[in-house]
Amino acid sequence: MIAIIDYNAGNTRSVLFAMNRLNVDAVLTSDHSKIQSADKVIFPGVGEASTTMAFLQNQGLDQLITSLRQPVLGICLGLQLMCKHSEENDTKCLGIFDVEVKRFSGEGDLKVPQMGWNQIMHLSSPLFAKNHDGDYAYFVHSYYAELADEYTIAQTTHGETFSSALHRDNFFATQFHPEKSGNVGENILKSFLEL
Amino acid sequence: MLAKRIVPCLDVKDGRTVKGVNFVDLIDAGDPVELGKVYSDQGADELVFLDITATHEERKTVKEMVRRVAANINIPFTIGGGIGSIKDAAEMLDNGADKVSVNSAAVKNPQLVENLAREFGSQFVVVAIDAKNVGEDWIVHVSGGRKPTDRFLFEWAQLVADMGAGEILFTSMNHDGTKGGFANDALAKLSDMLPIPIIASGGAGEMQHFKDTFVKGKADAALAASVFHFHEIDIPDLKQYLHNEGITVRLD
Repeated sequence: MIAIIDYNAGNTRSVLFAMNRLNVDAVLTSDHSKIQSADKVIFPGVGEASTTMAFLQNQGLDQLITSLRQPVLGICLGLQLMCKHSEENDTKCLGIFDVEVKRFSGEGDLKVPQMGWNQIMHLSSPLFAKNHDGDYAYFVHSYYAELADEYTIAQTTHGETFSSALHRDNFFATQFHPEKSGNVGENILKSFLEL
Repeated sequence: MLAKRIVPCLDVKDGRTVKGVNFVDLIDAGDPVELGKVYSDQGADELVFLDITATHEERKTVKEMVRRVAANINIPFTIGGGIGSIKDAAEMLDNGADKVSVNSAAVKNPQLVENLAREFGSQFVVVAIDAKNVGEDWIVHVSGGRKPTDRFLFEWAQLVADMGAGEILFTSMNHDGTKGGFANDALAKLSDMLPIPIIASGGAGEMQHFKDTFVKGKADAALAASVFHFHEIDIPDLKQYLHNEGITVRLD
């Protein structure tokens, strides 16, 4: 069973649909025991960092997530909240990755949010076993995780070059939305399910 | 580098795809989910579903369609038409929509844009603007282009961007249905003015029009309907052409 953490954050249902397309048994849940006993956990999210962190803390989900031992996949805001700190309303995050989350400068012709398909490069993780450097993934975000040798498993450039995926121990996270990234994303989700 | 996006637009009515020529005379072109899946498989970067006759009684049909699209299609999609409140938008989100587009309702109540952005984030909020070029002015129209308003394109676009719109979908009513190319001067001006992505709409007829709107119009995405629906341009050919012309596009 795959547990998709259901909390006050954006389009969680599309992750459930993606699991259904892969014929995987998945449930949207905020129930602590269901999350703890799941084979794998997906931590999705779209929204604003500080209110979402406050919500997680309020539900006790912050401690639950950091204590998980099975493979965990954070998506989009999920990735950012798994970092140490976000510039978005100066938010202290979960600290799974010792990485700072910053806002795109928006200098020159760069549009913020980055919205659309961009390439994932320097792929270095079993999460990308079925992917290739240069694959396009779908991004929607105004903040990004800095590069960090220890954790970065994919890089993308939008003005800045940033961590488009991070990994530490059982924790994985993508800034892009694999559930919306066509076949490329489907391959990443398959690889995650096979971890 | 961020790729330029190709966005087929599927106008839907009673759960079926239709396309108006200059917003009048509708021609049936199939099932929205099936058609959406075909486009997704062909390499469309996202989809826009525009419910052109959304009324209260029909909301349920729209919700079901959104849910079916979200369940079956693995690229992002926007739903527009008849979304006038936080509640309407929340229903779309709950059924799996990635974005909503608002048009007439935002003109009637600009605060809606700010409220939607605050509630769901800017990435969820596309403001669609239909405007007609008259002399020096671009006059914003509502109700599917039937009613002129006292808003002007550039001021209106700036206002909604300031209020938190995540993208602008600009349709030139002068160009829509003509197949003579996009309104690139107005698009470039919007793109230079605003920090958010601009989707060009209205006027696609040939592949070069797409190149022109990305280069001259500085658009981030280009939307079209009938050229795709009637196979005048096929998306794989279009993307290969754009790639050959040096435009960054997503190729499989």
